[in-house]
Amino acid sequence: MFKPSHFAAVLLFALFASVVFGITQRDTPRRMIHYGIYCFVLFAGSAIALSWVMFLIAR
Amino acid sequence: MRYSQKGMATAPDKIVPAQAAQQGFVYLPLIAGWLIPGAGHFLLRKWGRGALLAASIVSMFALGIAMQGKLYGGAHDVLDLLGLAGDLGNGLLFVVSRVFGLGADQVLVTTGDYGTRFIVVAGLLNVIAAVDAHRLRTGRKL
Repeated sequence: MFKPSHFAAVLLFALFASVVFGITQRDTPRRMIHYGIYCFVLFAGSAIALSWVMFLIAR
Repeated sequence: MRYSQKGMATAPDKIVPAQAAQQGFVYLPLIAGWLIPGAGHFLLRKWGRGALLAASIVSMFALGIAMQGKLYGGAHDVLDLLGLAGDLGNGLLFVVSRVFGLGADQVLVTTGDYGTRFIVVAGLLNVIAAVDAHRLRTGRKL
C-alpha cells in the first residue's frame, strides 16, 4: 500500500494535473510547458498558502 | 458575355492531405481517448502528447488504487453519483479495475481518501484529454 504524506500527495496531484492541463489547454509545445509550470506553481503554492492560513486560524 | 471557368467543377477536386486526414469516423479519437488514456492522440499521430497524457492519467489512477482509494460502484446519493461520473471517465481502466476487484469498497485509512480523489480526478482529466483529441481531429486545435 502506498502511503504518501499529505504534501507529497499534493505534489503528485499537481504534477499530473499540470501535465494534462498544459497539453490540452495550449497549442504550441513552448506554451504548453509554460502553462504546465504555471499550473504546477499555482497548485502547490495555493496548497502551501492555504495550509498557513489554516495553521494561523487554528492557533 | 464572358464567363470564367475559374471555380467551376470542370475537373475532379483533388484531395489535399489536410482533407484526407478529416475523412473517416470523426468521433473515433474521442471514444478511443476515453476508453484508453492517450489513445485519441496516438490515433492522430501525436505520439509525445499521447504518451505524456497516458503516463499522467494512468499513473494517477494507479496511485489512487495503490492508496486504497474507493471505486464507486453505484449511486446512493448525489455525491456518489458525481463520484461515479468521475470514475467512469477512466474508461476501460475503471471497468477492468471493477472486474478484478481493485480499490476499496469503503475508505478506511486517510490515504484512501486521497486515493479516491486521485481516481476521480484521473477520470476527469481523461475526459479533458479525449475532448482535446476530438478538437485536434476536427481541426479546431493544431
